[in-house]
Amino acid sequence: MRRYFGRKLLIYVLTFFLAVTIDWLIPRFMPGDPVQTMLSRAALHAEAREVMYGYYVRAFGLDVPLWQQYLNFWNALFHGDLGTSVYLFPQPVVKVIMRAVPYDILLLLPAILLSWFAGNHFGAIAARTRWLDNTLLPVGYILTATPYMWLGILLAWVFGIVLGIFPIAGAYSFELRPHLSGAFLASLLKHWFLPFASIFLVKFGGWAIGMRNMIIYELESDYAHYLEALGTPRKLIRKYAFRNAILPQITGLALDLGVIVAGALVTEVVFSYPGIGYLILQAIQNQDYFLIQGCFLFIIIGVLLANFAIDIAYVIVDPRTRLGMTGEGA
Amino acid sequence: MSLQVEELTVYYQTLKGDVRALEEATFRVADGEIMGLAGESGCGKSTLANSLILLKPPMRLVKGRVTLDGEELPIHDMERMNSYRFERISIIPQYAMNALNPTQKIGKIIADLVRWRQVDFDDILPELKRRLDLVHLSYDVLDMYPIELSGGMKQRVVMVLSTLLNPSLLLADEITSALDVSSQKAVMEMLVSFRGWEFVRSVIVITHDLSILYQVADSILIMYAGQLAEKASTVAIIRAPRHPYTRMLISSLPEVGVKHAERRLTGIPGTPPLLLNPPEGCRFRERCPVAFEKCVDVPPFIQIEPGHFVACWKEFETNARA
Ligand SMILES: Nc1ncnc2c1ncn2[C@@H]1O[C@H](COP(=O)(O)OP(=O)(O)O)[C@@H](O)[C@H]1O
Ligand code: SF4
Ligand SMILES: [Mg+2]
Repeated sequence: MRRYFGRKLLIYVLTFFLAVTIDWLIPRFMPGDPVQTMLSRAALHAEAREVMYGYYVRAFGLDVPLWQQYLNFWNALFHGDLGTSVYLFPQPVVKVIMRAVPYDILLLLPAILLSWFAGNHFGAIAARTRWLDNTLLPVGYILTATPYMWLGILLAWVFGIVLGIFPIAGAYSFELRPHLSGAFLASLLKHWFLPFASIFLVKFGGWAIGMRNMIIYELESDYAHYLEALGTPRKLIRKYAFRNAILPQITGLALDLGVIVAGALVTEVVFSYPGIGYLILQAIQNQDYFLIQGCFLFIIIGVLLANFAIDIAYVIVDPRTRLGMTGEGA
Repeated sequence: MSLQVEELTVYYQTLKGDVRALEEATFRVADGEIMGLAGESGCGKSTLANSLILLKPPMRLVKGRVTLDGEELPIHDMERMNSYRFERISIIPQYAMNALNPTQKIGKIIADLVRWRQVDFDDILPELKRRLDLVHLSYDVLDMYPIELSGGMKQRVVMVLSTLLNPSLLLADEITSALDVSSQKAVMEMLVSFRGWEFVRSVIVITHDLSILYQVADSILIMYAGQLAEKASTVAIIRAPRHPYTRMLISSLPEVGVKHAERRLTGIPGTPPLLLNPPEGCRFRERCPVAFEKCVDVPPFIQIEPGHFVACWKEFETNARA
């Protein structure tokens, strides 16, 4: 077991190192000069421009040799410093990201968890209820097969524009400033609902179909037939099947939770919801390489941590992995 | 008493129509009898075994009666059959290696299974341990997951589990096909011991490999394409087979002692008919060297000597003339 985790950890560390290095390379080898871009927006005359350029290059730490930049990057990283945003200069990237993250969590955590619970339960019921399987499951297929963008736009159009029940842009009303009050919370909730619902629906369909198929597969497996031949009540066989079918769903859940930090790009774009996804879009549009780099780094760390958590969780819930480890050579 | 099967006819319902996998099977298995059931792959052996214990769609009971120890089995009724399964009639499935839920400890699986029989696991534990001992398994296996066991160990666990409640009839479906020759022999001998220890009373041993039956079976039933061809004592089947198919089978077998792979039921020209639209009459007709006009009717399965049943018009004629 120690050896297993030791090796896993090594792989994670290597992956992290590589991913961070690639992430560092992105802004340096992308076409265009971020500082030039920024300066070009401010209409300066040539001399001022020269001075400003020098200043910013120093501010961004671009005036030292590449290898030094690389080392500095790691050093800063371990101090929780991801550099300075270009387009929101002089705000630190970390701060900009931290401002967006709560919206992602607010949006995705409930959508992922609720859709997981509801989808698995629904799928398990559908697996043994013919009429449900025949009526509502096709809906699930349609939901997951719908291009996500369409569903978002459709919801926004029906509930936002035609019915006018929900707002379709932002995280709260533009007239309000974030503060703790009933009015603000109500506005927050109203703006949250449509993006939440669109993610929930798509994920729900996916979980339900996955669970239903897994259960049916388990009920057709050899051990289920054997139990059946020995006259075991359906109830117990279903219990076994559910337990086995939920294992891959747990992995799926953990993976989903891991990418919460990546936000929900399309949803956030459709509903102008200010999470990481929306931030990445803005960073790209403004050629803010340091912000892009910061966002990616943030996502890398999140995904790696989540994967590590899955590895641990799987060892706990599935004896096959636990036992498989001891059998492994190398 | 033991098992009495009458006119058992079971089809598979498919989109293309009925697959007529078992036609009018009538035979008996006596108390304490180990009956071998042999025939080529696809001839309906598993269909017959499953009809006795787990008859469910796409299988359809067309007609027939099954009586076990004088009591009619409600084979058509999935729910009512539950009280007979495991307790009175049990099975060691073909896939014994995968028959145990991979995510549950073996002890837990067994405890779950017996609990529904109003049997307390702790009460049965001493007997369970004794039986594990008899099949050379340490009872540490109870605390293990199926993947921790070798294939052979899993099979022995399944054998012990299937017979734990001392059923009257045990069905063993191709339990040796995945094993090497020496393990095959050991498993077969274990089945005989199970009867000796009275864990089971009668056994039906299903195989496509006749030779493994020689040492263990009291009688052998030969099937061909969904029909019963011949049933007789093992000695009679080997020494004096009466059905043309059995004769060809026996003569195509090399001497005992030759390698497993060469002892399959092969060497007869032609292939068995498809059971979706089988030919009328005797289904062996097209491969039979002595077929004649009468064979377009289905030959009845008739006792021509005490304990020796055959379904063949030619044989009836020869018998009548003699
Ligand atoms: N689920 C099924 N649906 C349709 N046909 C089946 C099914 N299972 C078996 N059969 C057919 O029934 C016949 C008998 O099969 P089976 O009893 O499994 O043969 P055996 O055990 O002797 O190899 C075969 O022709 C096979 O194709
Ligand atoms: S009934 Fe006819 S076809 Fe069938 S085995 Fe006998 S002789 Fe051959
Ligand atoms: Mg079979």
